[in-house]
Amino acid sequence: MKVGLFIPCYIDQFYPQVGIATLQLLQKLGCEVEFPQGQTCCGQPMANSGYEHLTHQCNSLFIKNFADYDYIVGPSGSCVLHIKDHLHDPAAETAATHIRERIYELTEFLTDVLKVEKLTARFPCKVGLHQSCHGQRGLALAQMSELVAAPFSKPEQLLRMVEGVELVPLDRQDECCGFGGTFCVTEEAVSVKMGKDRVADHVKHGAEVITGTDVSCLMHMEGILRRQHAGVKVMHIAEILNQNIHEQANS
Amino acid sequence: MNRQTADHATLADKFNEDEPRVDWHDQTLWWVRAKRDKMAWSIPEWEQLRETASAIKLNALGNLHDYLVQFEQQAIQNGAIVHWAADAEEHNQIVTGILKKHGVHHLVKSKSMLTEECHLNPHLMANGIEVIDTDLGERIVQLAKEPPSHIVLPCIHKKKEEIGELFHEHLGTPAGNADPQFLTAAARQHLRKEFLQAKAAITGVNFAVAETGEMVVCTNEGNADMGAHLADVHIACMGIEKIIPQRKHLGVFLRLLARSATGQPITTYSSHFRQPRPGQELHIVLVDNGRSRQLGREDFRNSLKCIRCGACMNTCPVYRRSGGHSYHTAVAGPIGAILAPNLDMKDYADLPFASTLCGSCSNVCPVKIDIHQQLYKWRQVLVKEGYTTAAKTAGMKAMSGVLSTPAVYRTAGKMGRWVMRAFPGMVNNRLNPWYKQREMPAPPKQSFSQWYEKNKKS
Repeated sequence: MKVGLFIPCYIDQFYPQVGIATLQLLQKLGCEVEFPQGQTCCGQPMANSGYEHLTHQCNSLFIKNFADYDYIVGPSGSCVLHIKDHLHDPAAETAATHIRERIYELTEFLTDVLKVEKLTARFPCKVGLHQSCHGQRGLALAQMSELVAAPFSKPEQLLRMVEGVELVPLDRQDECCGFGGTFCVTEEAVSVKMGKDRVADHVKHGAEVITGTDVSCLMHMEGILRRQHAGVKVMHIAEILNQNIHEQANS
Repeated sequence: MNRQTADHATLADKFNEDEPRVDWHDQTLWWVRAKRDKMAWSIPEWEQLRETASAIKLNALGNLHDYLVQFEQQAIQNGAIVHWAADAEEHNQIVTGILKKHGVHHLVKSKSMLTEECHLNPHLMANGIEVIDTDLGERIVQLAKEPPSHIVLPCIHKKKEEIGELFHEHLGTPAGNADPQFLTAAARQHLRKEFLQAKAAITGVNFAVAETGEMVVCTNEGNADMGAHLADVHIACMGIEKIIPQRKHLGVFLRLLARSATGQPITTYSSHFRQPRPGQELHIVLVDNGRSRQLGREDFRNSLKCIRCGACMNTCPVYRRSGGHSYHTAVAGPIGAILAPNLDMKDYADLPFASTLCGSCSNVCPVKIDIHQQLYKWRQVLVKEGYTTAAKTAGMKAMSGVLSTPAVYRTAGKMGRWVMRAFPGMVNNRLNPWYKQREMPAPPKQSFSQWYEKNKKS
């Protein structure tokens, strides 16, 4: 099984440790992983701002990078959802369709394709799980609180395999953090207020670390936590699932 | 740049100046959302009910012409007088014409978002006709000279103390009394007088049944009934999308409406109006006002399924923290943001952007409108139609340029991270909206791609 590792631009530039953890975790679980160099961005920032028509070149580039893999896996529900919903190229539609059908967010790849039932990770910590909206409601990584339907959560299922992780309950299990792409600057006041409220829910319930499947949401909450000197850290779920070998990677 | 583009953000910014009030607003509406959840969970077939409602509305919209004609025939047979209005202005003229014909200078009106959409009240006032809103929440905002901030809970943005002050000023209640029960009793006394004196009553319409020509009006206060039953002239104003094919379909919609809206099993009054009582005139005004145009927009026609429950507002994390008035349109919140651009793209170009696209709205919608997807699609339309700023377009083109060429992206990334490390002041300043209330991410020495280049063989 050849896996193409899709590392979104802001992870590449600001959170390389998330890319490293994702790569190592997939390798540890037996995948043959390649990171095609020449990746930039999925095009989502433009598309969500109303400029989907400017994403053609991003699309062509994405298809060129990932057409040859059995699976494409990325540690970001939001970017994966964008590709799943919007990757098209009239010149390479077969390849685009292949990618749309074979792209997975990391946790769903672990639970649904690799069918991981056991992890050897250890992370003794009180953890708050932030359900990022695009992963949760868009990719159905977890049941949505609005629906009258049986609960499930793919990220939670994996976190429960990590020794020592104590998941804290939240008052609002899946409220949006307010990042929202360019919304975070165009609607600064509401975006920050949403982020402050989301963070407060985790802090109130004693979370020492806030984790999630999307670095964008975590980056937004981290910015707020650091401004508040809250002492609560954010970590991408890959970093926790990969915890036991994480230190070797840094050495 | 058109004047309105920044409006939601500007108004929301203002709303957020009083953070404890934002907390109060957010928690009040979240409480309604929680009540809705509880009620939904009490019905095991809830999701099937939503699916059914959505399908009935799809049928109604797909055959709207036939159902409207059928409704008109039935209504005329029942003794009603039916009017057709192409737009808000024609609607207002029809209503004013009826009132003038009967020499009515004073009337009562129960809640009708359509008349808000058409700005009927100012039109009536300009014609020397006094209109008293009889829904308690609407009466409160009317006294405050404000528009409703929510389609179901018009004065949800007001605290009881503020309502006490308004009532003291306008209804003569004792200063400083903010007891909800006392204030409600005072409003009841005040409105009773209005009901008894009114020669005409306007009501909205929640559902119009094509099969029977009857209309159903849902209220918790019985104010629509009080008005319609006492007045000589009853004018029911409705958007043409309010049609449902058969009476039996009410069994689906009435179960969904109040549960979604306020977390009640059903509204206190679900009143059926079929024919005028002897001596009364019943007028029905069927209003298009852009609905046919929206029906013709394939991506957006589903928005006409809306039954105006307000659940999308209660669940919307942006609405709860920006207030209904920040949407500067009669129907606020996520549904308003997909309806308003159809009325005027220029004035409402900002609204589809007042969302994180979290998708909660689509999940609570009792008729399964894909609200957040339509927000995304409106953004594409608005940009293509030119309702955006030149600066934004230039920025997006530049971004697209950088992201389309890996070498440029790599260099820009390296430069960017280097700049952030070397000159933090360049990004960490108050002109950067991110930095105003948030720290920037700490720039790492190397990107993931650089790390991978060095480590891939190890």
